[in-house]
Amino acid sequence: MRTKLFLSAALALLASSALAAGADLGQAVKQATNWTAISMFAVFVVATLFITKWAASRTKSAADFYTAGGGITGFQNGLAIAGDYMSAASFLGISAAVMVSGFDGLIYSIGFLVGWPVVTFLLAERLRNLGKFTFADVAAFRFRQTPIRLFAAAGTLVVVAFYLIAQMVGAGQLIKLLFGLDYELAVVIVGALMMVYVLFGGMTATTWVQIIKAVLLLGGASFMALMVLWHFGFSPEAMFAKAVDVKTQLAIDAGKSAIDASAIGLSIMGPGGFVKDPISAISFGMALMFGTAGLPHILMRFFTVPNAREARKSVLWATTWIGYFYILTFIIGFGAIAFVLTNPQFLDAKGALLGGGNMAAIHLASAVGGNVFLGFISAVAFATILAVVAGLTLSGASAVSHDIYATVIKKGQASSAAELRVSKLTTLALGLIAVLLGIAFEKQNIAFMVSLAFAIAASANFPVLVMSVLWKDCTTRGAVAGGVLGLVSSVVLTVASPAVWEATLGHAKGSALFPYASPALFSMAMAFTTIVVVSLLDKSRRAAIDRAGFLAQQVRSETGIGAAMAAAH
Amino acid sequence: MDPTLAQRIAQHPKYLALKARRSRLGWWLTAAMLAVYYGFILLVAFDKPLLASRLGDGVTTLGMPLGLAVIVFTVAITGLYVRRANREFDRLADQLRAEVTR
Repeated sequence: MRTKLFLSAALALLASSALAAGADLGQAVKQATNWTAISMFAVFVVATLFITKWAASRTKSAADFYTAGGGITGFQNGLAIAGDYMSAASFLGISAAVMVSGFDGLIYSIGFLVGWPVVTFLLAERLRNLGKFTFADVAAFRFRQTPIRLFAAAGTLVVVAFYLIAQMVGAGQLIKLLFGLDYELAVVIVGALMMVYVLFGGMTATTWVQIIKAVLLLGGASFMALMVLWHFGFSPEAMFAKAVDVKTQLAIDAGKSAIDASAIGLSIMGPGGFVKDPISAISFGMALMFGTAGLPHILMRFFTVPNAREARKSVLWATTWIGYFYILTFIIGFGAIAFVLTNPQFLDAKGALLGGGNMAAIHLASAVGGNVFLGFISAVAFATILAVVAGLTLSGASAVSHDIYATVIKKGQASSAAELRVSKLTTLALGLIAVLLGIAFEKQNIAFMVSLAFAIAASANFPVLVMSVLWKDCTTRGAVAGGVLGLVSSVVLTVASPAVWEATLGHAKGSALFPYASPALFSMAMAFTTIVVVSLLDKSRRAAIDRAGFLAQQVRSETGIGAAMAAAH
Repeated sequence: MDPTLAQRIAQHPKYLALKARRSRLGWWLTAAMLAVYYGFILLVAFDKPLLASRLGDGVTTLGMPLGLAVIVFTVAITGLYVRRANREFDRLADQLRAEVTR
């Protein structure tokens, strides 16, 4: 029944149309209540609640709430960024993708890494030098505040909403699967804990939850990869050879001829159906690469460090950890072929993974580390989701309180206390909305939502940010027109693409109006072109002010002179 | 920042050097990253047999070390920028700050 759904979801991840489908967690079957996992998770929750209590005593001003007072070091922030970015979906989804099709899983994971150098070279230190709390501070630096702030807040909230739905639904499915709790209960637990972290501990608590999660996830995944490699005498060739053998044998068992089976076995060592048409591949690659540089909850993290130097260090650490993590998921995926697909304990009567395709890493944990390690990895997967949703919520709350309330409504005259109050109310509202959406989308195919979030970030937030910082002639009108067009076109083209129009909305196969897997190539081009054309044609008085403001902005972005300093505690 | 200070900094030779060097390094490295990643993707799209060709007698294919090399390259190129920025650009910016705010 549903078991079939997982397998097909995991396979669909690699099918051509699923280029657009981010790593999602799919549907899941409720498992027996796992007390080891629950107690380990309880330890994590208690520890993080103590940290939240400590963080709450340090969270007094709006600056503390949004940026932990700017007192996080580069190394800590690097871990926190990695903790913010490595989701449970990428841990379980990518290792499962590698298990199903080997090399294609590697291609997929590389896309999530290559945006980081772009962030480093073009944005990180300039963001730190120009901004205070949100990326809109940077995008609106020399422009008319109201339109840019409203656009940036919309861009933030839309990206956060899609990302959050994907995480909440994933959390519910995962917890049902790993802990044996009901879906609704799982979603409510995630929503409640995330509200507590953000509401009381603000950025300080969120940062530490992300750091702890990153350390646990990297530690647990390292142990699994090490055990796999150790088994093969640290020879990748031996590991690959075993995986090819297993896949070949499975194909023979499924009734293939010896020649076909051998080809199927070897197919995991080279590219398969993941990249079918080059346009989709490039478009999807652009969404991942430039989307990373436009994710509001990631950009926000650069304001938590005291200066540009620490901002740079944090992005180098983050890139290192994330790159290392993707290498681990690759080894884990191959380990799962060798140890999970060959062990009847983890398979159902048809040879599919118990609990669904995304269980590859979880079963491997059990295979290499026994029941206690299984519990540990399950608890880490849950903690992973919490860390990501806390970062998302904080970013959404800051868009409402800092960009809309304090800047647009109060024209920058809001007191720190009033701004903090609005942030907390928004956090509550976002928590409730996240729980409701999580429950509403339980049965929906949400595979496209993470890649949609990346596509919007790449097509709306990134062009406006990069042009406002780097291009002298950019004007308020140009930025807003291009950004809004990027936002609308990326959403519309995603809805019209096969992954949503056919797979989710159930229209006939081949009826999708937009044939490619990702809109980014087109929507980014539209956004950048519009920004350039509208800015160049803009002869308004405001445009003159916008252009005149570039010099001072550039001096500050390059030198940090006049940048917001870390608030003293 | 008051406009006269900004004007003064903007004409300072150290500022001009900082801006030019950072921008040159940033764009070159961005171009290198784009070339490596999209080169890899285009190779996947247009020459699957090459990536699936075996190295030596085992099952290991060219694609495997190449894919891992893209990951290592991504981290290394980030490290390269950060190293140079932390040594050279920060020193220039510090000297500049000291000279203009004296």
